[in-house]
This record gives sequence, C-alpha cells and structure tokens, in this order.
Amino acid sequence: MPSHPKLAAEFVKNKERAHWHDQALWFVRSKRDKAAQQIPEWELLREQASKIKSYTVSHLPDLLEEFERNATARGVQVHWARNATEHNEIVHGLLKKHNVTRVVKSKSMLTEECHLNPYLERHGIEIIDTDLGERIVQMQHMPPSHIVMPAIHMKKEEIGELFHEQLGTEKGATDPQYLTEAARQHLRQKFIEAEAGITGVNFAIAETGGFVVCTNEGNADLGTSLNKLHIACMGIEKLIPRAGDLSVFLRLLARSATGQPITTYSSHFHGPAPGAEMHIVLLDNGRSEISGSDEFRRSLNCIRCAACMNTCPVYRRSGGYSYSNTVPGPIGSILGPAKDPKANSTLPFACSLCGSCTDVCPVKIDLHHQLLTWRKELRVKGLLPFSKRLSMKMMSWMMQAPGMYRFVGKMARSIVPYLPRFMLYNRLNDWGKQRELPIIPKQSFREWMKQNHDDK
Amino acid sequence: MAPKVGLFIPCYIDQLYPQVGIATLKVLEHFGVDVEYPETQTCCGQPMANTGCTNEVEPLAKRFLEIFKGYDAVVCPSGSCVSMVKHHYDEYFSGNAEFDALKAKTYEFCDYLTNVLEIKTLSGRFPHKVGLHQSCHGLRELRLASSSEVMGPPFGNVRVLLESIEGVELSQLQRPDECCGFGGTFAVAEEAVSCMMGEDRVHDHEQAGTEVLTALDMSCLMHLDGIIRRQKKPIRVMHISEILVECL
Ligand code: SF4
Repeated sequence: MPSHPKLAAEFVKNKERAHWHDQALWFVRSKRDKAAQQIPEWELLREQASKIKSYTVSHLPDLLEEFERNATARGVQVHWARNATEHNEIVHGLLKKHNVTRVVKSKSMLTEECHLNPYLERHGIEIIDTDLGERIVQMQHMPPSHIVMPAIHMKKEEIGELFHEQLGTEKGATDPQYLTEAARQHLRQKFIEAEAGITGVNFAIAETGGFVVCTNEGNADLGTSLNKLHIACMGIEKLIPRAGDLSVFLRLLARSATGQPITTYSSHFHGPAPGAEMHIVLLDNGRSEISGSDEFRRSLNCIRCAACMNTCPVYRRSGGYSYSNTVPGPIGSILGPAKDPKANSTLPFACSLCGSCTDVCPVKIDLHHQLLTWRKELRVKGLLPFSKRLSMKMMSWMMQAPGMYRFVGKMARSIVPYLPRFMLYNRLNDWGKQRELPIIPKQSFREWMKQNHDDK
Repeated sequence: MAPKVGLFIPCYIDQLYPQVGIATLKVLEHFGVDVEYPETQTCCGQPMANTGCTNEVEPLAKRFLEIFKGYDAVVCPSGSCVSMVKHHYDEYFSGNAEFDALKAKTYEFCDYLTNVLEIKTLSGRFPHKVGLHQSCHGLRELRLASSSEVMGPPFGNVRVLLESIEGVELSQLQRPDECCGFGGTFAVAEEAVSCMMGEDRVHDHEQAGTEVLTALDMSCLMHLDGIIRRQKKPIRVMHISEILVECL
C-alpha cells in the first residue's frame, strides 16, 4: 500500500488545491468553535459523553443483548455479523429474499468499511447513495474522502463537469443551486424506483431497542418510508445504554461535525410500520478485539463526528485519500492499524503530535497519545523501517555517552560550516528541501559554560 | 537560601542554540536563582520516543533521574522536552517515589518564572511587534495556556509577561494556536506536509505584521526559521528567553 508521506506529498504538490482544502475544513472547525462556545456546559457534556461511552464499551456484551431483546420485542429482526463478508451476505440474503434489485442507501461509513456497494453490484443489485456528497463520489467510483463531507475534496467546477457527464446538466455549470437541483431530481427518481432502503445507525439505545439516524437531507427518512424493507447496518460500538443519554450525544454530534446546533433530521426508528420489515445488522469486524485492549479501547467511544479530521493540520493538507483507509484522519490512523498494522504502518506517523484532535474530540478520546502508542506497537511488531530503528539506536547510544555526544557535536561544528552547499542540500537531506539548516554556532552551550560561568 | 535549580538544556539547544541556554541562565540568575548546569546531561530521548523506540529511551530516562534528582527544581527552556519528562517517562519508573518527586519539580522556563518565582511583569523595553507561536506541547500537554479547542476562560502567563514589556505589541493571528508542523521526526518523515504547515504559520505571522517571532520551544522556531531564511522573509526569530533577557 502506498505510504502516507508519498500520497500526502502528491496532494501537497497542487498547492492551490491543498490550500483550498485546508481552508474549507478550517472554516468548519471555526464554525464548530462558535457553536461550542454557545454552550456553557460544553466541557461537562464532553466529560459525560466520554463516561457514557466508556461504560458502554466495557459492558458491551450485556448491553448488546439488552438491545437485541428490546429491538426484537418491537418487531425488529436482529442479525449478527462477525466480519465484513458475513455482513454483506446477510444484507444480500435479505434483499434476495424480497426479490429486491434496486436499493437506496443513506450515508453509512459502516457499509463503506464492508465495501457493500461493489459487493451488491457484483450480485446484480443497483445500490444508490442518496446523501448528495456520497452520490457524487459514487458517480466517480471513489470512496468518500471525509466521513461527514464525503466530497469535500472536490471543487464545484469538478462536480459540474461530473454532473454534465452523468446527469446531462449544462456544460460548465457551477452554480451550486442548479447542480443540487439536478441531483435532487435524479435522486427523486431513484427513491421512487427503489424497493428497499439501507441506512447506517448513529445511536442505538439498549434500554428501548430503538435507534437514531442523523442526516441533513432527510434521505434516511425518504429511503425507508417509501419501502417495505429497511435494513440498518451498525457497528456494535454505536450503542448507548439509555434513552436519556441520547440528548448528550445529539447536542455534541452536529456541533462537533459541522457547527450546526443539531442535524436537520434526527430520525428515530422503533420497529417496522405495519406490513413492512425492519432489520438491523450488528457488525463486529475487529471491534471486540479493540475493546479488549487497554490502550486502544477508548477509540471505540468515537461517534464519527469528524471534528478530529477538520482540526487535524495534516489531514487538512494531505486530503482524505492519502490515508488509504475507510476512516481517515486521527481516528482513522488508530483504527486502520488495529485492523491491518502492516498495510497501515505509516498512519500513526502522519501526525505532528500537536494534540488538537484530542482537545476537539467530543467524547474525549486521547487520540494523539493513542497514535504515539501505535508507534510503539509498530516497533514491537517489527514494522518500523530498518533505517529508522537503526538511527534511533545510534542516537540513543551516543546520548548515553556524554563524551561521545560532546565529541560528535564538536566535530560537526568544526566541519559543517565549511562544507559547500551541495553537500548539505541534496536529496539525502529532506530537511533542506524547503528549509535552511540552523546556522552552526562556534561554541556549544556547554563549552560557553566552561569558559564563562563555571570558574566564576 | 536560594533554591538550587538544575538547568536542563535540551541537546539541540546545547549544540545549535547556545544563546538560548545563556539567556535562560541569565534570566534565572537575575531573579536570584542558584543555577547549576549538570555537565553529564545529554538528551531526554524525545526523538526516540516519538519514533516508537521506547527501549532506546529507557537508559536516557534513568540517567536523567540520576542527574537531576538532587535539585530543588529542574528548569528547561523547552515545553516539549519538559512534557517528555512529565508525561512520557512514567513507564520506566512505576512506583518510584524519586521520579514522582522529580516530575513534580520539573518546569518549563516561563512556567517556573511566572508561577514559581511569580514574575508577571518585566521593566524593560522591547519596541517590536511580537508574534507568539504557541507551541503545541506547552499548550496541550503542559496546559501553559488555553487552547482554542477547549471551552472556558482564556489563560496564559507568557502572553501576560510579554504584554507587560513596554513597546511590545502582540500580533493578532488568524489561527492563534495551529501547529507549525515541526513535530520532531515528522519534519523529515512527512517533509511535504510539514513544510506546508510551516509556510502557513509564517504567512499568518506575515499578515499580522510580526517583526519578531517567538515561542517557548526552539524546535518549532528552528523549523520556522529554516523556512523564513529560505524564503528571505523579514521576520526575526527569537526564543522567549532571548527577549526576556533583553528586558531585565
Ligand atoms: S475520534 Fe472524536 S473527534 Fe474524531 S470522529 Fe471520533 S468522536 Fe469525532
């Protein structure tokens, strides 16, 4: 798999786009700040949310059973999937049973994680993403580059071009209103033709057996109310214990995600309509393994608001695709290696350890510390490049021997200033590509102390 | 009796920025602190820790404890090295009371100045527009100032101290506490993103009219200065101690 630094460097090469991407996401981050400032009890809410989630994750088996009991009592059919394959087979099985060939889906990162779309398409089922951003990337046969704003990396000119090709809009059209209207007409047709609706789940409530889906376009409502079959796909960590906990999360989620006080639609589902079927597929896919790890358990608190991505100075400048992972950004760099440490070994290093993600996270996941912990794990697993390991070993040896350290410093100070520029600035020196090296002083601090201070 | 302070000068300051060590020493001595510089110190191990090579850190952490445990306080002109000691050494010292004591008495230089010595104003003059770069580790690990992500009343003694100096005008940044992109080995491993971040920080200071760019961490400044000099921008880079020493 291509490494993060490589893909990031490619993204950064187009400076104009990288700047624009950075500014678009910073704008969202600023909106989040304003929205959070309006809630005097913001930090308290974060604390509460974190406690509720930590409780949930440590009582997951019991709470899941409670959820299953209550959901079943409401007429929801509950399915369990250990991994992505099982998940996709369950969904496909249900669609086949109902002879469904056309499905509309509202935004769900879980189905992205399972690669449900290509799977169903291979089995002759048309599956249409109905969230506008998702639909755009789907038309391009690309995954979302951001978990809340899937097409944030695309400019309106590019979307105009795409719609011209696929939906027959006027060439060169860039007016967002015109383009949105075109997409809406197109989607309306798809909603009418569809025979089943698939949604994700934002929160499922153990106490009631109900669940909540948050959208800004109302597409989850539309996709499920027009059909007799609703399949909801949910990661097992999306649970919360009580209905009373919901308000904490609904207040935090939209504000953290987009700076809105609340998502436009928070749709509550509590069982099928008369004559209809409602199914929920509960997916593990490595989550229970994470819940068994003291170091990384808290990463399951995540409510997928994407605030950590919007604030991350690296994500903003390298784009979601540089992570080659369904969930990008800080949280993705923790979840990615948990699934496949080898393929994702560069992700925990795609971070300057600034800690902004940790401070912004509404459920208080210590993201940058977990990234640091992942670096240790990768080292233990032997997944650090040899050159890195060796240089750190040598540095450590030198630093354990003060005499050696002094000597090396002195040598460098007496040689480096006389080296011709090409010996310092070449392709071996990544520091020097766009930066000058420090100006080497005549004396070290230690030498100065000896001369000027110690014999005082 | 004056407190005996062990001066902890990070390896890169010792080797590359001796003037920062000297300024730190002079400011502390000016305020009557009895400073000693233990000769055998080298590096806190942060580069190795950041790379995940924690085994390589252990001997350095143990040396650090031996060298510094005898002092009343340990003071260091670098927030990130202090944060290394205070937050990332624990795994080598479980239940070690000597280390717990050391941890509690290790201070970032301005923190020591403003909170222990309680120096909140300086009498000198520094007639410049000063851009304060809020280094991430000082900000979000040591909580030396409020970060923009966390809600609550703003705080931060460095700002107060700088503003007390006659002639200092602080620049108004569009992104007051965004990372500069240094990040230790990140600066090299992710060169492209690191440099773009640095450039963006420099631009923010340019638009704000910064004449002198300062920070609690010389490492951030090393990165930013590298970009400033390559691009020949008229911004002067000074560690906070270098400004303070001029204002005694
Ligand atoms: S880790 Fe925190 S900030 Fe990031 S998406 Fe999850 S909940 Fe949001």
